[in-house]
Amino acid sequence: MTEITHHIPDALMAAYTAGSLPEPYALVVATHVSMCLECHASYEAHQALGGAVLETSGEAAVSEALKSDVLALLDAPVASEPVYKRTGVYPGPIMTALKGRAPKWKSLGLGVRQCILSGNAEGSVRLLYIPPGQAVPDHGHNGLEMTLVLQGSFSDETGWFGVGDVELADQDLEHTPIADAGPPCICLAATDAPLRFNSFVPRLLQPIFRI
Amino acid sequence: MTYVTSPDPDPADTAGFSQETLWMLAVRDQRDKAAFSALFDHFAPRLKGFIMRSGMGGGQAEEVVQEVMLTVWRKADLFDPGRAQVSGWIYQIARNRQIDVIRKENRPVPEELYEDQGSMPDASQVVGLEQEANELRQALGRLKPDQREMIEKAYLGELTHQEIKSQTGLPLGTIKSRIRLGLERLRHELKDMRTDD
Ligand SMILES: [Zn+2]
Repeated sequence: MTEITHHIPDALMAAYTAGSLPEPYALVVATHVSMCLECHASYEAHQALGGAVLETSGEAAVSEALKSDVLALLDAPVASEPVYKRTGVYPGPIMTALKGRAPKWKSLGLGVRQCILSGNAEGSVRLLYIPPGQAVPDHGHNGLEMTLVLQGSFSDETGWFGVGDVELADQDLEHTPIADAGPPCICLAATDAPLRFNSFVPRLLQPIFRI
Repeated sequence: MTYVTSPDPDPADTAGFSQETLWMLAVRDQRDKAAFSALFDHFAPRLKGFIMRSGMGGGQAEEVVQEVMLTVWRKADLFDPGRAQVSGWIYQIARNRQIDVIRKENRPVPEELYEDQGSMPDASQVVGLEQEANELRQALGRLKPDQREMIEKAYLGELTHQEIKSQTGLPLGTIKSRIRLGLERLRHELKDMRTDD
């Protein structure tokens, strides 16, 4: 496996740890942390800082009943929640989003496929399947767009992205990521653009039309 | 109700461990209710204060504290003192629970790194983590009040990532050494575990 070179920046990791990152991005971070030791270490460091804040930011007395309620519940039976593990190229957080099932792909044309994992007015996150030489579809975004490679690789004006790499793009970045030769590129892509039916179309290959 | 307190782990192996870590290990390995009770007394008021600071009323905050402390008991086998401080581990459980309550959605969490939870890590590694945690707390205490408030707001989940990013004075550099040491530990553990690959 090649070395991961595009990681989760500190501010994003702090927001993810604190839970202030919107769900589509949080899924990308959780998936990357599942694949990347360096970011796992970063995640643990941010948890340690959160723990220091918890230890030192003040106390509020709890009611007497709370402790006896909790102690009385220690031996109560609890239903165990399913834990989804990595399957193929899909790490645990994606399998959880898929509820343990294989992705249901929908064709976008030119061999490009997508599988929407979740979406609402605030953003969306989806799997993309891009054959070699095809462009990664344009998500359309107002703020941040995150694309994590799960299989294969893509390249654009800013560099090369292999398995585990995350590309962060803000609205100022004009880029045309193209899947490289080799196995089809499978990515996890999150955007803050509202999810609309059919809004997701293959990106035109700009250079071809540029004179 | 009667509590059976199991003997503490061998003191020779646990010298330098914090009291919280010893309680947590007794909960994990002996299902020790007296140790859990001590953890509750230490963390429940801190958790309630922490949760109320992010705007929740006292009643709802206590409901979250109850869920968090029950999770500490039920998921104790996931606690690894070689990788996490008790306070950091409980912090993450608390934030995840608050988000589940507020947003009615499950926060995506990373896959656990290892299968063999519950094994005792190298004691010096645990002590190293305890020292780092102390240094982090001291570094927090030395910050100027406005910087400290920014850190608290960030980890209470009150800032967007753009806001955290724009706080150029935010001393996130204090955790760089923690990240580096954590990475060394993970690489070391994985190397040990993958020898038969
Ligand atoms: Zn990384």
